[in-house]
Amino acid sequence: MTTRTMVESIRECLRQEMELDERVMVLGEDVGRLGGVFRATEGLLDRFGGERVVDMPVAEGAIVGAGIGLAISGLRPVVEIQFLGFGHQAFHQIGQQAARLRYRSQGRYGVPLVIRAPFGGGVRTPEMHSDAFEALYAHAPGLTVVAPATAYDAKGMLAEAIASDDPVLFLEPLKGYRLVRDDVPDERYRVGFGKARVVRQGDDVTLVAWSAAIAVAERAADELAAGGIGAEVVDLRSLVPLDTDTVRDSVARTGRVAIVQEAPFTGGFAAELTATIQQECFYELEAPILRITAPDTPYPLAGVEDLYVPDVDRVVAEVGALMAVPA
Amino acid sequence: MTDEAVLDALRYMTLARTFDERATSLQRQGRFGTFSSVRGQEASVVGSASALDPSRDWIVPQYRELPALLRHGLPLENFALYFMGHPDGGAIPDGVRTLPIQISLAAQLPQAVGLAWGLRTQGGDGVVVTYFGDGASSEGDFHESLNLAGVTRAPVVFFLQNNGWAISTPRAAQTAARTLAERAPGYGVEGVLVDGNDLLAVHQVTAAAVARARAGGGPTLVESLTWRAGAHNTADDPTRYVEPGEDREWADRDPVARVERYLRARGALDDAGHERLAAECAAEVERALTVAFETPDAGAASLFDHVHADPPTRLVEQRAAWVARQEGMA
Ligand SMILES: Cc1ncc(C[n+]2csc(CCOP(=O)(O)OP(=O)(O)O)c2C)c(N)n1
Repeated sequence: MTTRTMVESIRECLRQEMELDERVMVLGEDVGRLGGVFRATEGLLDRFGGERVVDMPVAEGAIVGAGIGLAISGLRPVVEIQFLGFGHQAFHQIGQQAARLRYRSQGRYGVPLVIRAPFGGGVRTPEMHSDAFEALYAHAPGLTVVAPATAYDAKGMLAEAIASDDPVLFLEPLKGYRLVRDDVPDERYRVGFGKARVVRQGDDVTLVAWSAAIAVAERAADELAAGGIGAEVVDLRSLVPLDTDTVRDSVARTGRVAIVQEAPFTGGFAAELTATIQQECFYELEAPILRITAPDTPYPLAGVEDLYVPDVDRVVAEVGALMAVPA
Repeated sequence: MTDEAVLDALRYMTLARTFDERATSLQRQGRFGTFSSVRGQEASVVGSASALDPSRDWIVPQYRELPALLRHGLPLENFALYFMGHPDGGAIPDGVRTLPIQISLAAQLPQAVGLAWGLRTQGGDGVVVTYFGDGASSEGDFHESLNLAGVTRAPVVFFLQNNGWAISTPRAAQTAARTLAERAPGYGVEGVLVDGNDLLAVHQVTAAAVARARAGGGPTLVESLTWRAGAHNTADDPTRYVEPGEDREWADRDPVARVERYLRARGALDDAGHERLAAECAAEVERALTVAFETPDAGAASLFDHVHADPPTRLVEQRAAWVARQEGMA
C-alpha cells in the first residue's frame, strides 16, 4: 500500500498492465517524450519503446479511429485525448463508431479500446479545455463511461477498463490529478464497473456526484453535519453502467436527494439521474430532486470560473434550503 | 517593403516581444493564466499581417498571433484581459476584422473558408488569412478546409506556421510529407514555402497570395518555416523533449535582431531610434496592462451575457439566481 495521487496511480496501472500484457499500448498527443501534458504516461516510452508508446499527430478523430482498428487487430490500445474538451473532434469515432461496432457486426468485432480523457474545471485552464460533457457520451449506446474520484478507484477501474472487451471512456478529473491522494495497493487489482460507492453515510439527504464533484460533496457533507444535517454521499463511479440500486436504497432511506455536477444544467447526466430516481423512488421522496450544476452557459474564462462550477458553499446553502422543504 | 513599412513592422515585432516578456513574468506571479508567446515567430506573423488591408481583409487567428491582431486594430488591453481570464478579453471592437483567438486546433479553418466565400458572394473584395500550426495541419478540419477552398475558390490564405513543434511532438513525427506546402496541389490549391524568419520574404509571399485571392485567383497555402523559441506555453517544459543545442542554429536567426540589422545597414535605424522604439513599446505595454488591471472584476452576470441574442426564459431565471447568490456573498 502506498499513498499516491490520482495521476500517479493511473501511471502505475498503465505500467503494470503493459508489463503483463504485450498487447497493451498507449497512444496520443505528447504521451511519449513529454509523458503527457499531465505526466500520466511519464516513463512509459523509456520502458516499453516507441512501438507501444506512440506520439500521435494532432488529430483526435484519427487517434480514436486508429485505436478502433488497432483493437480489432488484436491489440489493447489505451488512447489519451489531451482534454475531453477536444473530444468533440473525435466524437464521431467514439460515440458513433467505437460504441456500435459490436452491434453493427452482430458480435463479430468488439472494440477493446480505452479512451482516457481529463475533464472538468477548477484549474484555470485556457479556454475550451474544461468542458465536462460526459452526458454526451453517456447518451451513446454501447459505450461504457466511467469517472473515478479516488486514486484507488482510478487504478482499479483503469485496469478494469483495459480488461474490458468493449470501448470505455475513462474520465479523469483535471482538478483531482494531483489534489486527490489516497492509499493505493502496489499490486494489481480491479474495481468492477456499475457499483457505486457510499463515501459517507447519513440519514437526512443523499448527495449524488462523481469525479471532482465528490470532493465538493464530501466537504459540503462535513459542513452540513456541523449544522446537524446527516448527508449521505454516493459516488457513482460509473455513469454507464449505472448502479441504480445503491442510489435507490440511499434515497429511499433519506427521502431527499441533491445531485452535484460540474456540467451545465440542461441535458446533463444529473437530468438522467433525476428522471431515474423519480421513476424508482417516487413514493419515498419527501422533496423535489435538486440539481446543483453549472448554468446553461459555456465554460467561462478563468477569471470567473469560481462563479460557474458548484462549490461547497453553494451545495451547503442549496441543500439547507432543500431540508427546509416540508415533507 | 519600404523602409518605413519595415520600421512599422519592427514596431509590432518589438511590441509583441515586450508583451511576451511581461506576460510570462505576470503568469509566474499568478496574475496571468497560461500564455503562449510568439517569440521566434515574429517575422512570420508580422510579415504576413503587414500584407493585409485592415479595412477589408480579415484575420482568423489561432492563439499565437498577437502582433497580427494588434495591427488589425485589436486593442492590446483586450488581449491582456483574455490571458488574465477576464471575459472582456473576448471583445472585438466594431470594424476590427478578426475572429477571437481559437484554442481548438484547426477548428477555425473551415470557418475561414466560409467567411471568405461569403465575402466574395456578397460582392466584397476582402481576403481572409487564417493562422495555424504544423500540429493543427494534421486535424481533419485542415484537410476538409483545403479541399473546400479548392472547390469554392474562396479568397482565403491558409498561413501555416511550421514552428517545428506541436507541444513536444516534432514536425517530423507530425507528418511524413516532405513539406507541408506541397500538400496544397492535391487539393487544387496553390502552395508556397517561405523562410518564416525573413520578414521581407514572408511579406512578399503573403502579399502575392492576397493579391491573387483578391483578383479571383483562389486560395493559397503558405508554409512559413520558422522556429518556436522556447516553451509551447507557460505550462510547458521543453527541457523534457528538446535536445540540448537542438535550437542553436535558430538562435542565430532571431527575426527581430535580423530586421534591426537590416534597417541599420540601410541607415534607417540607429541607436537612438532603437531606444526610442523600445521605450515606446514598453510604455504601450504598461498602458495596456494598466487598463486591463483596472478593469473591474467580472461578476456572475458576465457568465450569461452574450450567450444568446435572445436568452431563453430558463436562462434568464438562472441569471437572476446567480446574480442574487453573488450579491448574497458580497
Ligand atoms: C483540437 C485540439 N486538440 C488538442 C489541443 C491541445 N493542444 C494545444 S496546442 C497543441 C499543439 C499545437 O501545435 P501547432 O498546431 O503546431 O501550433 P503551435 O502551438 O506550435 O503554434 C495541442 C495538441 C487543442 N488545443 N486542440
